[in-house]
Amino acid sequence: MTVAIRVIPCLDVDDGRVVKGVNFSDLRDAGDPVELAARYDREGADELVFLDITASSSDRSTMLDVVRRTAESVFIPLTVGGGVRAVEDFDLLLRAGADKVSLNTAALANPDLLNSAAQRFGSQCIVLSIDARRCPEGVRTASGFEVTTHGGRKGTGVDAVEWAAEGTRRGAGEILLNSMDADGTKAGYDLPLIQVVRERVSVPLIASGGAGSIADFVPAVLTGADAVLAASVFHFGQLTVDEVKTSLAAAGLPVRAHMHGRKPSGSDAPQRGAQ
Amino acid sequence: MSRPEILILDYGSGNLRSAQRALERVGAIVTVSSDFDEAMGAQALVLPGVGAFEACMAGIRGVRGDVIIDRRLAGGLPVLGICVGMQVLFERGVEHGTECEGLGEWPGVVEPLDAPILPHMGWNTISVPSGSRILEGLEGERFYFVHSYAVTRWELTENDPSRRAPIVSWANHGVDFVAAVENGPLVATQFHPEKSGDAGLSLLEAWLGTIR
Repeated sequence: MTVAIRVIPCLDVDDGRVVKGVNFSDLRDAGDPVELAARYDREGADELVFLDITASSSDRSTMLDVVRRTAESVFIPLTVGGGVRAVEDFDLLLRAGADKVSLNTAALANPDLLNSAAQRFGSQCIVLSIDARRCPEGVRTASGFEVTTHGGRKGTGVDAVEWAAEGTRRGAGEILLNSMDADGTKAGYDLPLIQVVRERVSVPLIASGGAGSIADFVPAVLTGADAVLAASVFHFGQLTVDEVKTSLAAAGLPVRAHMHGRKPSGSDAPQRGAQ
Repeated sequence: MSRPEILILDYGSGNLRSAQRALERVGAIVTVSSDFDEAMGAQALVLPGVGAFEACMAGIRGVRGDVIIDRRLAGGLPVLGICVGMQVLFERGVEHGTECEGLGEWPGVVEPLDAPILPHMGWNTISVPSGSRILEGLEGERFYFVHSYAVTRWELTENDPSRRAPIVSWANHGVDFVAAVENGPLVATQFHPEKSGDAGLSLLEAWLGTIR
């Protein structure tokens, strides 16, 4: 009995629509995050991450609606991040149906937010998302990695490993570790980064950034990731969640298989009622 | 067959929407409320819970949930506790070294898990004891857990059908801990069936089957 390695598709959502070209012929509306979430659920995703990249904060209610509608039809854990600035934002998202809320820039600007959110809602729903990169010339940190903001364009000089450790001390129950060096390269996860963070934190660690082929997932897990997150390889249909799980299982790693036992009676039927 | 009417006790704890929708999906009519009379009158009651034991107990007492649960159980009316909603059914919880009194329906203490990675977050397997009405047919399935505390010692007789003893399911994360209990009208799971995909929906459907 060992907890399974989680395979997590991540959807970037802008004003209620999935961004980055998603191309699935079996979907009526592949830009609808709710439809995509249901599809990934059917495919065996263990969890989903929605990242709200809506520029204007006045449009946040759109995301709440997306979360609400997703929670109506998808019964796996849902993490929502992006634009979360205050404890009240946690409350709104959790009430809409999110299970976890991820904090990134807001936690850097106001680390106490981690403490107050954890105190009120519990560490289990606080994810600290860290965009890390190797220090460029002129910047030095003990680990050699620094935290970035603005999608990796701006360095902060903050040691990424120290920040992960501090974040968990303050109450984060999980770390979503994005490698800005690996992101978009499709050359595999950033194993050195995963390793140094794993050595310092004992909360679950989600590896993110760099997944490009089926061979990339096992090394991330063997280096210490508890979960593997990917976006474009899934969205473009290059890999399926199932294929990733098969690769993990072939390496002897525990995964959640498709359900084989008794199924709930409504599982393949349309949702009952119209409430 | 008439649809069972379920009330989810709303005492300010986290995401109730998922539990509501999951129960509706498997055929229940669900109300989310903190009203004492409604909670007493419901066909079955769900006690949710996320976060800290002490905060949940304060919230439960704040809506007289302790009285509701005692009276319901005295009358044999079904109650389902989920996650911290299961933990508070035990005598007490120990978090950060301080003890907090629970509802005391079962003897036992909720203590920190001893494992290299905490919280225990993700899909894990559980034992399926014979005689289980909610887990039958779900052997080998994984359920979604997220918690750092658990009951590692069950202090009553378990799994002895001849004595109608509680049916106890176990899971392991660093140590063995109680994953689910079926004890007459009182049923509880440490994992989140409402977040456990088809396996969780099957469990909830089976639970609804026991209360009709």
